[in-house]
Amino acid sequence: MNESKGIKSWLLTLDHKRIGILYLISVMSAFLAGGIFALLIRFELISPGKELFDADGYNQVFTLHGAIMIFMFLIPSIPAAFGNFVMPLMIGAKDVAFPRLNLASWYVYMAGAGFALYAIFSGGIDTGWTFYTPYSTSTTTAVIPMTFGVFVMGFSSIFTGLNFIVTIHKLRAPGITWFKMPLFVWGIYATALIQVLATPVLGITLALLIVERFAGIGIFDPAMGGDPVLFQHFFWFYSHPAVYIMILPGMAIISELIATFSHRHIFGYKFIAFSSLGIAITGFLVWGHHMFISGQSDLSSLIFSFITFFVGVPSGIKIFNWIATMYKGSISLRAPMLWAIAFLLEFSIGGFTGIVLGALSLDVHLHDTYFVVAHFHYVMVGGTVMALFGGLHYWWPKIWGRMYNETLAVIAAVLVFIGFNVTFFIQFIMGTQGMPRRYYTYLPQFEGMHGFSSIGALIMAVGFFLIGGYLVYAMFKGKPAGPNPWKALTMEWETQSPPLAGNFEGTPKLRHGPYDYDKVVAENAVPEYMHEPHR
Amino acid sequence: MDTTKTIWLPSQSSTIAPQIDALFDFILWASVVLFAIVTFATIYFAIRYRRHGDIARTTPYVENLGLEITWTVIPFILLMIIFVWGFKDFLRFHIIPAHAIEVKATGQKWFWSFSYADGPSTVGELVVPVNKPIKLLLSSQDVIHSLFVPEFRVKMDVLPNRYTLTWFEAVHTGEFQLYCTEFCGKGHSEMWGKVKVVTEDDFKKWLEAGSGPQEGESMRDFGARLFVKNACVTCHSVNGSKNVGPTFLGLFGRREVLKNGQIIIVDENYMRESMLTPMAKVVAGYDPVMPTFQGILKNVDIDGLIAYIKTLEQ
Repeated sequence: MNESKGIKSWLLTLDHKRIGILYLISVMSAFLAGGIFALLIRFELISPGKELFDADGYNQVFTLHGAIMIFMFLIPSIPAAFGNFVMPLMIGAKDVAFPRLNLASWYVYMAGAGFALYAIFSGGIDTGWTFYTPYSTSTTTAVIPMTFGVFVMGFSSIFTGLNFIVTIHKLRAPGITWFKMPLFVWGIYATALIQVLATPVLGITLALLIVERFAGIGIFDPAMGGDPVLFQHFFWFYSHPAVYIMILPGMAIISELIATFSHRHIFGYKFIAFSSLGIAITGFLVWGHHMFISGQSDLSSLIFSFITFFVGVPSGIKIFNWIATMYKGSISLRAPMLWAIAFLLEFSIGGFTGIVLGALSLDVHLHDTYFVVAHFHYVMVGGTVMALFGGLHYWWPKIWGRMYNETLAVIAAVLVFIGFNVTFFIQFIMGTQGMPRRYYTYLPQFEGMHGFSSIGALIMAVGFFLIGGYLVYAMFKGKPAGPNPWKALTMEWETQSPPLAGNFEGTPKLRHGPYDYDKVVAENAVPEYMHEPHR
Repeated sequence: MDTTKTIWLPSQSSTIAPQIDALFDFILWASVVLFAIVTFATIYFAIRYRRHGDIARTTPYVENLGLEITWTVIPFILLMIIFVWGFKDFLRFHIIPAHAIEVKATGQKWFWSFSYADGPSTVGELVVPVNKPIKLLLSSQDVIHSLFVPEFRVKMDVLPNRYTLTWFEAVHTGEFQLYCTEFCGKGHSEMWGKVKVVTEDDFKKWLEAGSGPQEGESMRDFGARLFVKNACVTCHSVNGSKNVGPTFLGLFGRREVLKNGQIIIVDENYMRESMLTPMAKVVAGYDPVMPTFQGILKNVDIDGLIAYIKTLEQ
């Protein structure tokens, strides 16, 4: 990290740690952009009618919010930033299997982002992040540049997934067998499988959409014998597994946080490990639950609903195992643990409401309403983003060698928790009362609820900006953190903070399991201020 | 009529609504109980096992297969109950009763139109008799829309070049909100409608009444009513402001330049032509997006609209 200096050494780096940081900067910039669009949405929706935008403008804003958050932030975030920085350290490797492919994946991501940026300034995009035909084949906005940008970014995801699969199979240090790996690695591995298998389908789908737009081949055009619903099947075949690309790495982080901050062996290691694989596999079989009202056959809907309920079981298993880990633990409520607890509560709500939507009869009423919007924000923000920020606070001292201000971190975590629930819980009620989604204006009966939701967004924003502030400050001015401020037992904590260029001196050997808190007390002296306050 | 409305759900105004709501209530309460357990356990453990002072070793981990199996099997059973229940009610939406009254419902950017085999066509207003099953034959003229009536718990996508079907039976008279709920562009959030549920007698009278101004209604007022009902107001203002289409204020007698450079004076024939073949003479500075009202507006409707527009003088 401190070895070679200068911008060229960063832009041509082959070090997984530097590539992880490059990705971190990129995805957090995307989070900022997507977040600004979110604030614009919530401001526009404070009352019916125009606040800032007309209907066309609003349609662009919500499309960009979704497209940026999903393709440029959520999908790459945890794997590309933390998978890259932390995973090789956790398995005692010097780097990933293909460092050049790793750097290339970041450049591919940036190229795709470039096309997306070009699309925003050359006509914008107003189709919703789902690009449904025939609207997306007939609208005059810049659909081709945007979808091409997403197409390119997909390759970044595939390269990363491929790299991680090979790394985890081949580069584990002596003694680190599959069942002696940290659960973070299991989660990244399951995610990588989905990335490699599902993303090509998105590529093909978007390529077909692009060709349809400029050559009019008719695959989605009913006037030429094509089928607009076919687009939905193609699109969701990727986009449903994509949501597991988003949540599995988040769950992977939560395993680490709960174990470390309960200072206890994770409960049900094998169950958690296999549940990640179970989610990855069944995730490919449920895409039609986005299409119960699309006109697809009742038999299809039946099968998709049935399998959808199977996916709920492994997620529940994880939650129960994490809580059981806390039983008789030695629990520290430092910032990373607060984010983990927020995850447990918010992801549970997201999960329960997913059950509601999976029930066929209820989905008829709730599809395309704010209930769905609230559900996916509870799992993607209440789930993935909470886990991401937990990981950020957990590994920040490892990445920079410096610690952030704990008081500010607690305040920010509480602000985000309150803001998030104020914003989104009421949207469940708006949805059940019939408020449709993607609405620029609305009937007066919903004004109070919309206003309340918008206040929550402001509170959340304050929390996130606060985090940006103290984390950046800590990078340069934080107190030195030492190699293992948390006294954790996974291998990344057995190196310096920040790690040496080659990660370890020589080849490390496994000396204890990643969660042997009942057998081992972590070595490495910890600075005085890191001790828990005496009571 | 609104006694069935709760914090969560709107009034139960169709036969199927109470059944749907029963499943929702079941999942809601099961979730509340489970969530309470999760929250209580998390917070209780976080406090009870709070770390004091320096770190020591924690108790050894003992696998508990019984616990793992219990909390796998019990949720699975609950989920299967919910699945079967949801599926059975879903079939009720899709098995359309014999002798249902059929109405053709058409979605297009950005309004709904409804037509009856032996009755009038309407825009934005679906008139049905109470306590009778109504079958909707649905299609779109352009992109995918979705017809949604929350108080009936009914929803179905409408597609171009294909029919979809759904049905409902209203249990109260009254007016019920209808939305488009599949994103379709600029006018998506204003593609509203109303379901007017009337007594069987009133429905018969309405079918036979045909069209034209109501008793005692002037042509001007009739036209003003149609202006809103047929969604002209979505694209044409009456106060002089430019919208998707030209303002109707001062329209009659106005000198307009067309897209092809031709200059015309707006008269009755031009207005009629614009309603029936809107692409023929588009005004310069506007996009050719107006849909045709052929088959939707009868001659007497066109007469009424013209009479109304004539009164919009500057």
